[in-house]
Amino acid sequence: MTNTGTPLVNLKDISISFGGIKAVDQVSVDLYSGEVVGLLGHNGAGKSTLIKCLSGAYNADSGEVFISGEKVIINNPRDARDQNIETIYQTLALADNLDAASNLFLGRELITKSGFLDESRMEAETRKIMARLNPNFKKFDVPVSALSGGQRQSVAIARAVYFDAKILIMDEPTAALGPQETEMVAELIQELKKQGIGIFLIEHDIHNVMKLCDRASVMKNGKLVGTERVEDVTEDDILSMIILGKNPKK
Amino acid sequence: MNDTNSSKNANDKQESVISRFIAATEIDPRLLGMLGALALIWFGFHFYGVIFNNFGAFLTPRNLWNLSVQTSSIGIMATGMVLVIVTRNIDLSVGSMIGVIAMAMGLLQVEYLPQFVGLGHWSIWIIAVILGLIIGTVIGALHGWLIAYREIPAFIVTLGGLMVWRGMAFLSGGGRTISPVDPTFALLGGGPYGAVGANVSWFIGVLACIGVAYILYSGRQSRIKHNFHLRPMWAEAMLAVVGWATIIGAVLLVNSYPWPKGIVRQYGAKIGQDLEGTFISHGFAIPVLILAAVGIGMTILMTRTRFGRYVFAIGGNPEAASLAGINTKWVTMKVFALMGMLTAIASVIASARLNSATNALGILDELYVIAAAVIGGTSLAGGVGKIYGAILGALVMQSLQSGMVLIGFDSAIQRIVVGMVLVLAVYLDIVYNKRVKK
Repeated sequence: MTNTGTPLVNLKDISISFGGIKAVDQVSVDLYSGEVVGLLGHNGAGKSTLIKCLSGAYNADSGEVFISGEKVIINNPRDARDQNIETIYQTLALADNLDAASNLFLGRELITKSGFLDESRMEAETRKIMARLNPNFKKFDVPVSALSGGQRQSVAIARAVYFDAKILIMDEPTAALGPQETEMVAELIQELKKQGIGIFLIEHDIHNVMKLCDRASVMKNGKLVGTERVEDVTEDDILSMIILGKNPKK
Repeated sequence: MNDTNSSKNANDKQESVISRFIAATEIDPRLLGMLGALALIWFGFHFYGVIFNNFGAFLTPRNLWNLSVQTSSIGIMATGMVLVIVTRNIDLSVGSMIGVIAMAMGLLQVEYLPQFVGLGHWSIWIIAVILGLIIGTVIGALHGWLIAYREIPAFIVTLGGLMVWRGMAFLSGGGRTISPVDPTFALLGGGPYGAVGANVSWFIGVLACIGVAYILYSGRQSRIKHNFHLRPMWAEAMLAVVGWATIIGAVLLVNSYPWPKGIVRQYGAKIGQDLEGTFISHGFAIPVLILAAVGIGMTILMTRTRFGRYVFAIGGNPEAASLAGINTKWVTMKVFALMGMLTAIASVIASARLNSATNALGILDELYVIAAAVIGGTSLAGGVGKIYGAILGALVMQSLQSGMVLIGFDSAIQRIVVGMVLVLAVYLDIVYNKRVKK
């Protein structure tokens, strides 16, 4: 399978520095619909920083973002959402004192005709989507601080899935999860792919990368080492790209 | 052996009855705790009086009516302080703001407005109140701007405000006491004329009863519509009955406190009738009705609107709130502007009640307001707080104070007790939270 036509996302020559250190240096990556692109690299390689330029959490110093071939400006998380970009952060970014429904709809609350929060409709919608994502989830009326890591993760994922994301950014979605919950996330990723959603997956576990991703982009010290089709390389090739910063076959 | 087992079982059973009751009615256990504390304070002071002074002065219509008026000003500000503390901020300036806003309204009524519209004109109090509200909101918004957009810690901004606004109050009035305020304005502070009387109180009581029924009914309908868990019928009925009993009890109470003889005579002379010996009820005091309206409005704002949801989200996790697209700075600034407006309302009540504006008005109020919010269950770590809790907290503080006045404790002891109660209340809250988490 080769990608042709216009990519769903094209990040071009993105650079951003903090206090004189170039966290991301002239990096270009792209993503097609129905594709999973893994972003790999050591801690501090610049993966999360790069992706935050797409999700609106950071503003790049230079570079351009194209969505379906059109140049867009993303200054804040709201702009990203307007482009149907949803992000699941490593820290999960949940308000611990609020319940699942409040977190799911945070910033996009459903309101009644008279302009007040429609709590029951939000809870009903939350129950519907959670029944699909995690049928064991029953704790709808407690703050998410009372939930397990996996349950919190499913709230974070539900938030991204519910709003018809076209582009999904997942920052180590399985980091806090047990094997069963990891399997659940893997199945979910396959399902989302089938729906034509493009996914950027930041992932440390090389096995997960080989299993879930179509392509892998490796970063080191803020620079892009290279992007490879997963079927063309071995785990060892990827590892040496991460560690040595080059592909041994080239 | 058998004995201990059976008593342990009995204990378990008893606990499960209470917890089942709480689960069925969905009442916050903290609310029960606070009502319990309040009952303890009220009966404690009353029977202390009965035993040592041969007269229980606390549980009398007169004292409870006065208590309700005294609670209004602190209670109104405490509802705003909940939002401030929930967003992990603090406002130390509200006492001084009361002073400067009261001084501005006093000067408007006594010195400036009469020059333009004429002495005693009907519009004076309205203009004064509106300008007072604007001044309060602008001062609060200024604090909020410095805190949110200039990123100066709220503690410092409002500590500065504490000194600046007290100084401004002194400067603007030249150290004088401005008095008397406009007669209509004075009604907002309570007093025999500043209460709505028996009939209107009944009318308000009936409205409130209908409101309680409507809230329970519409809540149930919405749960049925979405197939959610329903409260058992007996729990619904009990909530309705308790709600109605509280409201009707309050109406009966305020209606059983008659105008003093002197006021009745004065009023009789004014309307040209001999009212000697007539029983004229106070009814609800106007400041208490203002507090009730503010309480309802703020509860709706906090629980039913996006703004309230964002306030809680910012308190729970500011980063998450910002990543969810919430403009956290703007929300923070609005919280402080709202605090300023509520302070202005409290300032209207406080100066109307005194019938004057003085430099010292509101001194130490910030601490009582913060204490009321915290006793009412607002967590200083942010993210948690309830409007009704803050109002009850204000009532607890005021009950302690006026109770100690009634039984003749001097002010030094009053402060010692209030200080200790504050620490104890927060400690109990911490203990309770730990047990819930287990």
